[in-house]
Amino acid sequence: MNTEDRGGSYAISIRALSKTFGSEMAIRKLDLTVSWGDFLVIFGPNGAGKTTLIKILSTITSPTNGEVSIAGFDLKSDSSLIRRNIGVVSHQSQLYQDLSAIENLRFHGKMFSVPGLENRIMEVADIVGIKSILDHKTSVLSHGMQKRVSIARAILHDPPIMLLDEPETSLDQEALSVLKNAINQSERGQRTVLMVTHSLERGWALGDRIAILARGNIVYENNTASLDQSTVIEIYNDLVGRS
Amino acid sequence: MVSFWHTILALVWKDVLLEIRTKDIMISILSFAILSLLILNFALKPSPKTASVIAPGILWVAFTFAGVLGLARTFALEKDQGNLVGLMLAPVSGEALYLGKMLANLMFMLIAELALLPIFAVLFNMSPFQPAFLLVVFVATVGFAAVGTLFSAIGVNTRSRDIMLPVLFLPLVVPVIISAVVASSIALDRGPWVDMVKWIQLMLVFDILAVVLSALAFDQVLRE
Repeated sequence: MNTEDRGGSYAISIRALSKTFGSEMAIRKLDLTVSWGDFLVIFGPNGAGKTTLIKILSTITSPTNGEVSIAGFDLKSDSSLIRRNIGVVSHQSQLYQDLSAIENLRFHGKMFSVPGLENRIMEVADIVGIKSILDHKTSVLSHGMQKRVSIARAILHDPPIMLLDEPETSLDQEALSVLKNAINQSERGQRTVLMVTHSLERGWALGDRIAILARGNIVYENNTASLDQSTVIEIYNDLVGRS
Repeated sequence: MVSFWHTILALVWKDVLLEIRTKDIMISILSFAILSLLILNFALKPSPKTASVIAPGILWVAFTFAGVLGLARTFALEKDQGNLVGLMLAPVSGEALYLGKMLANLMFMLIAELALLPIFAVLFNMSPFQPAFLLVVFVATVGFAAVGTLFSAIGVNTRSRDIMLPVLFLPLVVPVIISAVVASSIALDRGPWVDMVKWIQLMLVFDILAVVLSALAFDQVLRE
């Protein structure tokens, strides 16, 4: 997808987003924009609202207030079009354990009406290195291999935007580079990525922009090029400790 | 429209494949239903005269409670490993998701019921393989699966999901169960068709309302 084909001036645009669960406020008037092609990593401690943010952006949970636009589509009125434009990798594999890897991918491909499905499966299997285990039952695969199948599932429909919820869980260094490679290989150009994690080290290695989420709001944002990791750790400890 | 039906077919085929591999739903339905039929048969010792009066009730008690067990499994399987979230991430309508799951549930329940009928025939000395009775079973099971699929989805996101499904679901399907028991009794006795029609019509109205309303509500039920 060329830049001019992409809907909206930002890949992700969030304005005054709030989410409450009963009396608990998980997200507080959060404002955030992610430009096309950016790799934004959001750090935050447990309970900061990271997973809630990903759930809202992936249309699983409705926001209480605020406006969200993804790929130029409004979250409330165009949720189906948004789902077509995003790929989600979370700490759960979202794979049927009693189906083989290829059966999982076929099912997912049919749900997304992926054209030329069998060829596309082979293509993504090659990218994430799972060609040899495609016929294996998912439950017998290692966590690392299941994660690779999960990444293949997320990029099968070639989404321009990826949402990653702590994807580094159960990924070794090699698998992490597979993830980075998979994210970068798209026929539609550089993918836009929003990743949430509590691992400063892993997130730093992947992103080109960072933000810190604490108690439901973004309290810090910067480019990784203008910072070093130790400075970020200091800022993180300072802000998360204070919030 | 083609994509809509492709989605439904993909969902049904996925559930069939999973059921062939795990046999979770069929085993839970069949084991509970066979045990219920056996225990009630031995407890009530139906004579040829009383069998036609009590057998339809016993059969539908077995179908109902065994069906609840099977329905509870369908979304519990989806919840594992975040598969339910995986389904919700697909760019398909709630109606297609609902119909896919509902048709798979209907198919499993009908297969289990057909497998139970020979046992019912032997235990109660009745001949259930007749068109009128099979029609009653089919129409009642559609209503059962229609409401059950929706409430199984509601229950899966609650903490006490094993209790929530029967508590919410059973009061709602009472009209179907009562209609099914009365219509089955008439069909097994080879009673007049006109006596049975009004009960079948009642179940058909319930089925249509249940399928339409559940399909429309399904997306809201799934998403928090």
